[in-house]
Amino acid sequence: MLSTTMSRAVNSPELINGDSIFHRLSFTSAILIFLVLIGIIISLIDGGWQALTEFGPGFVFRNVWDTVNSDFGAAAAIYGTLVSSLIAIVIAIPVGLGTAIFLAELAPGWISRPVSMAIELLAAVPSIIYGMWGLFVFAPWFSEGFQFWALENLVDLPLIGPWFDGPPIGIGLLTAGIILSFMILPIITALTRDALKTIPNVVREAAYGVGATPYEVITRVLLPSIKNAAVGAGILGLGRALGETMAVAFVIGGASRIETSLFMPASSISSTIAQQFNEATNEMHISALISLGLVLFVLTFIVMGAARLLLKKKS
Amino acid sequence: MKLLKSVLISSLLAAASFSASAKTEIINGAGASFPHPIYAKWAEEYQKETGIRINYQAIGSGGGIRQITAKTVDFGASDAPLDVKKLAKEDMIQFPMVMGAIVPVINVPGIEPGALKLTGKILADIYMGNIKKWNDERISALNPGVNIPNQAIYVVHRSDGSGTTYNFTDYLSRVSSEWKENIGKNTDITWPKKATTIGGNGNAGVANFVRRTRGAIGYVEYAYAKQNSLTYTQLASADGKFLQPNMDTFQAAAANADWANAPGFRLLLNNQPGADSWPMTAATFILMHKDQKNAKKAQHIIDFFEWSYEKGGDFAVGLDYIPMPEAVVEMVENVWKKDLTTDGKTIIK
Repeated sequence: MLSTTMSRAVNSPELINGDSIFHRLSFTSAILIFLVLIGIIISLIDGGWQALTEFGPGFVFRNVWDTVNSDFGAAAAIYGTLVSSLIAIVIAIPVGLGTAIFLAELAPGWISRPVSMAIELLAAVPSIIYGMWGLFVFAPWFSEGFQFWALENLVDLPLIGPWFDGPPIGIGLLTAGIILSFMILPIITALTRDALKTIPNVVREAAYGVGATPYEVITRVLLPSIKNAAVGAGILGLGRALGETMAVAFVIGGASRIETSLFMPASSISSTIAQQFNEATNEMHISALISLGLVLFVLTFIVMGAARLLLKKKS
Repeated sequence: MKLLKSVLISSLLAAASFSASAKTEIINGAGASFPHPIYAKWAEEYQKETGIRINYQAIGSGGGIRQITAKTVDFGASDAPLDVKKLAKEDMIQFPMVMGAIVPVINVPGIEPGALKLTGKILADIYMGNIKKWNDERISALNPGVNIPNQAIYVVHRSDGSGTTYNFTDYLSRVSSEWKENIGKNTDITWPKKATTIGGNGNAGVANFVRRTRGAIGYVEYAYAKQNSLTYTQLASADGKFLQPNMDTFQAAAANADWANAPGFRLLLNNQPGADSWPMTAATFILMHKDQKNAKKAQHIIDFFEWSYEKGGDFAVGLDYIPMPEAVVEMVENVWKKDLTTDGKTIIK
């Protein structure tokens, strides 16, 4: 296919012309994206310069966010971002994978089609809706349905006990993580389901042919062959979780501190920016918020890079 | 495809009608979100009467100050007044447009709206975590005859930056030296760790948590407390008299304030003198450049503000805002006459 178009392109002058235009056009688009990226980095550094020079590289590690005395550090926001995203991933990957396996391998068509559609619709719900729903519907339910129970039964457990020692108000780091997991579930499910569907039926038939049970076919044959796709889906989900703003802002509680308890209010980088930027008047405050943006940029870059590296090693 | 087409056509039509109406003059303003409902109402009524369109965008006080400083809008709006130095540097005038009140709201089983008495000092101690139970002896001592349960206090605050928090923390700074020294005031602060705090997004978020959480206390704009039937409390005025939050006590606070001696109208109305002055009352401000390029437009902007002062009072009360007292309006009008200029000549006659 490729070779025929190429030879035709060589033979006919008009097509050469069209090709070179197309080449230039796509090249410009690619460069444009690159330039925009560089532009964003430069403007973030420029806007955050005041805070970055004032607090130095320590900005990232300082656990203080005092708008009254203009003393800023990103540690609490970074912590909140990472932990809420981690919770989301820990919940969404097994659930997403399970859903995908069910839809692609086990469910009859009349179930899998409407369920698939429902999951895709979930991806189309705007994040503010998740935020409102999280605050007004999920949080009260979570408070009464889980947190009171956890306070009585889980707090005394070794190691994980302190995670559940906090006010049972329905919001906080854990709630944010759970809401995030709903939001990244569709992308993880859809990608792994599609990956499962690309496995030729011959593979399944061969496995069943040697006497494997459905469980063995799924865990020994199908899952290993979609490992990369599953990790890739996880990375995309993580990317969304790290940067998610409005839904988190509604349910995380907006407290710039680091606590062991997952029930305590916390803050993430993006929610801090969204909630404080509008009313920030102090120049150092604005600069610190822009620096936070830069930190999120770098953080996402590092996480994505690490995940990509992991993917490379595995394949 | 059909859908896409119809969307395209309708948006084209909308664009066409927009550019047609764009011939009428549009005055652009941006800033504080707290007065947005009343500015929008005034703009709507004013357009009906005069045809002049006021486009106000509630992007937040910080954004409003940035926009007017950069001269991308005709007027800016801010909940927190700028200090005189900054006004002089940017060559701007500032005046109060309308006022609002902040009320404490609680959720304590068995306590009716307006039944519980609080002082500013106790409020500060609750928010600092020095008072952790509703039946603390300092609260009980103020409220003989009110049956207060032994219930832990949850402190609800705004998780987003807001003028409401600015005024609330300003009030606490005025009544409690401990608050002033250790915590301070801003649109968004680091809340004391000693108290059990909950952050709610916007007035709606705070109201939601207070309504839902047993033992909660929060602060919201009066309109919010009223419309959502929240349990508000009484509060002691600067002179020590316990007051119910209502239009009378709010207006008393505005009337008793000493505007004449506040350069640039830089006056926060919290804890004003007068036995009947509700202690958490706040004005919201308009910012304009002194030097106006377009005298006709400047006149139109001022016409709108003047109309709002004179005819907008009922709309303000209807939305639970407090109109500016007449004496203050006169002072503001004098500032307009004196300070708004074009090519060195005054604009407002």
